[in-house]
Amino acid sequence: MLAVDVEKRLGDFSIAAAFEAADGVTALFGASGSGKTSIVSMIAGLLTPDRGRIQFGDSVLFDGKSGVNVPAHRRDIGYVFQEGRLFPHMNVASNLDYGRRMRHRPRDPAATARVVDLLGIGHLLQRRPGALSGGERQRVAIGRALLMGPRLLLLDEPLASLDGARKREILPYLVRLRDEGGIPMIYVSHHAPELRRIATAVVLLENGRVTASGGLDVLTAATAELTAP
Amino acid sequence: MLDLTPDEWVAIRLSLRIAVVATVVALPFGLAIAWLLARRNFWGKSLLDGLVHLPLVLPPVVTGYLLLISFGRRGPIGAFLADTFGIVFSFRWTGAALACGVMGFPLLVRAIRLSIEAIDQRLEDAAATLGANRGWVFATVTLPLALPGVIAGMVLCFAKALGEFGATITFVSNIPGETQTISAAIYTYTNVPGGDAAAGRLVLVAIAISLLALIVSEWFARRAGTRFHGE
Repeated sequence: MLAVDVEKRLGDFSIAAAFEAADGVTALFGASGSGKTSIVSMIAGLLTPDRGRIQFGDSVLFDGKSGVNVPAHRRDIGYVFQEGRLFPHMNVASNLDYGRRMRHRPRDPAATARVVDLLGIGHLLQRRPGALSGGERQRVAIGRALLMGPRLLLLDEPLASLDGARKREILPYLVRLRDEGGIPMIYVSHHAPELRRIATAVVLLENGRVTASGGLDVLTAATAELTAP
Repeated sequence: MLDLTPDEWVAIRLSLRIAVVATVVALPFGLAIAWLLARRNFWGKSLLDGLVHLPLVLPPVVTGYLLLISFGRRGPIGAFLADTFGIVFSFRWTGAALACGVMGFPLLVRAIRLSIEAIDQRLEDAAATLGANRGWVFATVTLPLALPGVIAGMVLCFAKALGEFGATITFVSNIPGETQTISAAIYTYTNVPGGDAAAGRLVLVAIAISLLALIVSEWFARRAGTRFHGE
């Protein structure tokens, strides 16, 4: 269970958001500029909240009052970025292995094979990120985040940079991941149809505030409102 | 082809040793300061930036004089280093290496800093989320991606060290076999009647070494570059 209650000023924009995310896939849904990415960055430890508290299970990741702020590299939270952010100077295999190496974990060929197989990236291992298509790059980025062995996975618009066909190509992998992986996920998107396929709970964001949260019905209500004249 | 006299060989070997030592010793400091200037904000950053660049704009003689009064036998730093570690700079080749390192330092830092600034910081963030602490982020992401700039900076520093004249001669004088580099030897020969032939030979050697350094660095930079794209 992830509990987030944060405040952050970014220039003219301010975020004051509180929500909880249980196991499964919790969608952070909202228009662009509603603060989704900033909130996810705060959960990952890449952005420091001005005030508030972030807790995952028993471990406090950030607490403004007591001054706790676990650095990003010790949070054990996987992050799949919108643009992949693969390391251009390493091949796919080294990218996938990076988290394990940094965390000094023993090699686990079975786990690697399972993820490589799940994402269908076995034929790409020796390639450099520069030689991959957008969809391939995104699948490798998902694999890299999974193979670090995270206790929580953050996915920030993982399909946004892809066209319709590529989206349809990757979405089934993510659904499989949800059904087989057992890792809780926070899934950021402004695309309701995508979320209907993957999400199990929805948090609706507007202007840095949580305006609704609950099941997939939140999505229906919100999109009806968005598309209303 | 070139019939170099033993004295000329001494100057050439000394020049190479001084330039290599100056570059290698300057490198870790250059990396640290370039990273600080590129990635950190701190009080006195402009001051540090200015200090690093000072040798580039000061007359070399002034830099040499400042080294003399601070690192010389009676200078505060020089006396301390001589008494505690037995490291002496004045009128030694080590002093020439120090002068050359100081003169080449701004070029080294500048090239490395620019290449670090050009690296997408979001890659460093990604490395952090994967469990890399700041040191590992630098070693596995920042440094490899900045490598072409690091090599370029080292070559510039080496070339500057090889050609340095004013600061070196002011700080450690022009002693054959100890502080007389190629540049200083050429200067001496041109002041001696009949020294033109010897000066000419050393000029050719200087051109050859500089060209070779450029070619080697070009090759390294290209290799580092191709590692990012495709096979």
